Amino acid sequence: MAAIPVQPVQTARRRWPRRFSLGRSALARREARWGLLFIGPWIIGFLAFTLLPLLASLVFVFSNISLSSDETFRFVGLTNIRNMLADRQVWEALGVTFKFAALNLPIAIVIPFAVALVLNSKYLVGSTFFRTFFFMPYVIPFVSGVLAWQGMLNLETGWVNVVLRFFGVQNPPDWLGDAATIYPSLAFIGLWGIGAGVIVNLAGLRGVPTELYDAAHIDGAGWWKSLRHVTLPMMSPVIFYSLILGIVDVLQYFLVPLVLYNGSGEPGGSTLFFNLILYKHAFAYQNFAYAATLAWLLFLITLGITLIVFRTARYWVYYRGDDR
Amino acid sequence: MAQAGVAAQAGGMPGPVEAEATAGPPRSREGPRRRRRDWWRALIFTAVVGIILAGFLSPLLRALAVSLRQPEQVGQLDSPQWPAVHATFDYQGKTYDVYEVPIDGKVQDLALVKKGREASQFVDPGNAAAGLITWEGSWRNLTRAWSFAPDWNNYAVVWDQIGYPRLLFNTAALALFETIGTVLSCTLVAYGFARFRFPGRAILFTLLIATIFLPYVVTIIPTYAVFLKLGWVGTWLPLIIPTFFANAYDVFLLRQYLLTIPREMDEAAAIDGAGPFRTLVSVIIPQAWPAIVAVAIFHVVYAWNDFLGPLIYLTTKPELQPLAVGLAHFNTLHYRNQAFIQAGTLMTMIIPIILFLVFQRVFVKGIVITGVEK
Repeated sequence: MAAIPVQPVQTARRRWPRRFSLGRSALARREARWGLLFIGPWIIGFLAFTLLPLLASLVFVFSNISLSSDETFRFVGLTNIRNMLADRQVWEALGVTFKFAALNLPIAIVIPFAVALVLNSKYLVGSTFFRTFFFMPYVIPFVSGVLAWQGMLNLETGWVNVVLRFFGVQNPPDWLGDAATIYPSLAFIGLWGIGAGVIVNLAGLRGVPTELYDAAHIDGAGWWKSLRHVTLPMMSPVIFYSLILGIVDVLQYFLVPLVLYNGSGEPGGSTLFFNLILYKHAFAYQNFAYAATLAWLLFLITLGITLIVFRTARYWVYYRGDDR
Repeated sequence: MAQAGVAAQAGGMPGPVEAEATAGPPRSREGPRRRRRDWWRALIFTAVVGIILAGFLSPLLRALAVSLRQPEQVGQLDSPQWPAVHATFDYQGKTYDVYEVPIDGKVQDLALVKKGREASQFVDPGNAAAGLITWEGSWRNLTRAWSFAPDWNNYAVVWDQIGYPRLLFNTAALALFETIGTVLSCTLVAYGFARFRFPGRAILFTLLIATIFLPYVVTIIPTYAVFLKLGWVGTWLPLIIPTFFANAYDVFLLRQYLLTIPREMDEAAAIDGAGPFRTLVSVIIPQAWPAIVAVAIFHVVYAWNDFLGPLIYLTTKPELQPLAVGLAHFNTLHYRNQAFIQAGTLMTMIIPIILFLVFQRVFVKGIVITGVEK
């Protein structure tokens, strides 16, 4: 005990109620102190870069803080929220974001799963080679990827339309220039980021016990029924994880259109995503109070949707060992 | 039992069970006919997947083809997809333009030697010795032929115009500092979570994981405001300093890996009188090296890809910006010259691709740990 260096944590501890004490024995206390010391950087980071900013932005919501005006800081009550509720652009941007999410989310979940199924097939020769190159675009900086795809989807010179014309399509779509095709095109560009999802799904598939497929076969299940009644339930934790992360990501989507159209919202306002509006208020107009209001709206929407999905989890997500 | 499973799968479409099946006993009992059928299936299936993969990666090939295009192709809709110049042919000491000439129902590339209003004289570049060919019609209605000629000079031009050495240096320096911060802090924090018991550990760890699901927009505005107050906006500090305070993904990856290292090793070190820090340096880090390398490489790629951070913190300082931001800016200036844009695009992605191809096993392992074990 005497050998233990006295640390500030210990002096602070004495004033704490017993249930907050670091442990019963001297050894346990020593271990706890070291543990807290090692996770210290994260605790500081969590306070400085997550918790305090989170609360500060909530304070911003009720303030007039803005770099674009000379007003002194004061609280303005519900003004920002009232302005937001009356701001048509905000609701249109939410609509844009939800429309894109409705298209992109299923794609972002199903395609990696499907690619993983393909890579796991016994009929695929050289699956390591395929895995490597299906993954590779994941490491390409997204600005590069977006510009490469922008060329690929060009109305006149893009290879997609070159191929379509070759197969006799007279007037192929202007993929990135037409509001009717912009969302599928953006979802398509997003496929270059499926690498991580594919690997995660693949690892999940390889973890499904073979006996389950044998048992399903004995019960007379074919490929489809095995997929439906064995693979999907066993993969549901992976799908659940992809779904939650996918929701958080897609609701914040705006960087690809920002690079493509420099934030102009082309074509025809169809890429005025919620986060683009937020970004403009925060960093172009530097109206922090209003931007924080939008950020909290997005945060609450994200939280609400993820909580609902979490609620549904017990009906469809199967964790091994739950039965015991 | 395993045989039965294989037989079932062989009858249907390719399914997930096959990975185990291929590792199982040989399918010799099923006879040569079935094996031949499987062989055909594998061939067709692999070919289809190969075509899909080719399409998936074709933007890279297009970027390369476009990046080598000649200046005279810019804005020429009749110019080919590949890099090309208008074809010419040297005949008897003079240079003549080559045209696509329809003769007897098929198009031939011929050099126009003598222009005429109603008929012109051509020579066949492939068979000049045969002499002049007379073609009836107006040569003005002919289109010029193109010949393959990559223009590597585009890369040199972009290298200068975009300020590549500067951008590359900035990107590499940012990636280096951010990676050092991430590796140092995440190793310490992961060690704390993996090896020490303390009150609230489970709650703190849950909190750590929960930050993965927190939309960054809700914290970025006050953070930006504070960095602005500190005078850090317009410097690298807002990008580098936070990495020294750990992040959820990498702590999770390292912690999962540390949990697989047997505790007996630490205990042996402790008996020899090593303190927790000594144990970390001499026992844990050498053992966890593969995971640490994974975190480092992930972070280099992440830093290379990062766009929003440098965009908001370095808008006013082009001389400090990394490649991603420099390329996006270059695109707004030169989007009409796609050869330059695509050259810049490839110059931005080449280093992460090389890193990936060299360390691909590390990548795959790292993703499996963070993605699956949750």
